[in-house]
Amino acid sequence: MGNSRFLDLLSSGQKLVADGATGTNLQARGLERGLPSDVWVLENPQQIVQLHRDFVAAGADIILTSSFGGTTISLEHSGLAERAAEINRRAVELAKQATAGTDVLVAGSMGPTGEILKPLGKLDEHVAIAAFAEQARALTEAGVDLLVIETQFDLQEASAAVKGARSVSSLPLVVSFSYDRGTRTMTGVKPSQMCREISALGVDVLGINCGRSLEDNLKALEELYQVSSLPIWFKPNAGLPRLDDEEKPIYDVTPEMMAAQVPEWLAAGAQIVGGCCGTSPEHLRQIAQAVKA
Amino acid sequence: MQGRLKGIYDSIIDGDQAETTKNVQQALDEGLSPVEILNEGMVKAMAEVGRLFEEGEYFVPEMLIAARVMQAGLALIKPQLVKAHVRSSGTVVAGTVKGDLHDIGKNLVCMMLEGAAFEVVDLGADVSPDMFVEAVKSNGANIVAMSALLTTTMPNMRVTIEALKAAGLRDKVKVLVGGAPLSEDYAKKIGADGYSADASKAVAVAKALVAA
Repeated sequence: MGNSRFLDLLSSGQKLVADGATGTNLQARGLERGLPSDVWVLENPQQIVQLHRDFVAAGADIILTSSFGGTTISLEHSGLAERAAEINRRAVELAKQATAGTDVLVAGSMGPTGEILKPLGKLDEHVAIAAFAEQARALTEAGVDLLVIETQFDLQEASAAVKGARSVSSLPLVVSFSYDRGTRTMTGVKPSQMCREISALGVDVLGINCGRSLEDNLKALEELYQVSSLPIWFKPNAGLPRLDDEEKPIYDVTPEMMAAQVPEWLAAGAQIVGGCCGTSPEHLRQIAQAVKA
Repeated sequence: MQGRLKGIYDSIIDGDQAETTKNVQQALDEGLSPVEILNEGMVKAMAEVGRLFEEGEYFVPEMLIAARVMQAGLALIKPQLVKAHVRSSGTVVAGTVKGDLHDIGKNLVCMMLEGAAFEVVDLGADVSPDMFVEAVKSNGANIVAMSALLTTTMPNMRVTIEALKAAGLRDKVKVLVGGAPLSEDYAKKIGADGYSADASKAVAVAKALVAA
């Protein structure tokens, strides 16, 4: 896979728009409370395609497959481990269905396993590598344009994901961390450490997604930009949610508020921007407008 | 704090297992009471670890290591605590609620509670209301600790509290809830007895609940 449109676009210096949230938007569309969104790949695929289409219409250049929890380790919990390959493949098919006839790129989403590697946790490194390899293979074979290892918090697990992905796929690789304790991840990783360790593994893009507030995410971005020589992916949450009287999460950051920050994100070094939890298609439409302004 | 207890306290905070077990053994050999070792050395050390976590000095790995070191120390004094008929602080049935597979936070809470001499029955992740009810019955628990990391699964906390009511157990247990998307307000709204923002505070809240 010598030629990649994604990498060509990046090296031409073009700013790109990635999509918004998957989980919170599917919930707003009726994803049952307590169900991981990967389940809808099998059970309610039309809604996934519709959400992808909404992001494409909003101006996304890249959409992510609904395969965040698609490692066998993560799917084990919902009894779907045996269907891992099928879920990943289907997730890609749904994304391709939504982008048919457009230039929009499809990125294979790979989230954390939900377990901690040894010695701190119980997960063997080789088991993690194998699980990530299996997911990366299914996504690659189904035809994604790039792989996005996202919402990572632990260097060991993210490294296992990169090794797994690289062992089966030569697609462009984005690795994105969630700094949910401000500018550190829950295991204490700083953007500079992440940059040093993950760049050394030979990835194409470093990123920040999810995390805490927009302010904290911007700080993390500034720290990363200081040390990174790779292009930067940036998909912050639309702030942190509070709950309304019916216990539904409300994100107070409006599309206008989020879009108003886009120039700052770009100035701080982000080349690919989008949003994580709470980012609706309307948020994304205004973000895209700001990027392309 | 000084001498042997200070040694235990410092070595737990440093996450030094060899030093901790050495200090605990020497403290026992020197005739210190296991209760004193537990309360003055270990529990205080874990409280300090919790404080360091809240301040952003320590992160999850440091907490995990300290909790593990503390458990190694606890294993040494446990036989004597049992012999001395020291009662545990209480029995906690803990789990991540139905539909939620995130158990890192819950595991930390369990370790911190064990560190504070609670008996902990860990039901794991994706625990249904019925499983909580059954576990309370079969273990005679006096605390139910529920965790959720998702805004979509946290409503299952209320469902579990309702199930405890329906089973006639609500008066017998205190309900402690926690997890990233929760708040004190939410805990009150669903009728929980206590809320903790993170694993380190959970111990203090659990203790206050059993004392109440």
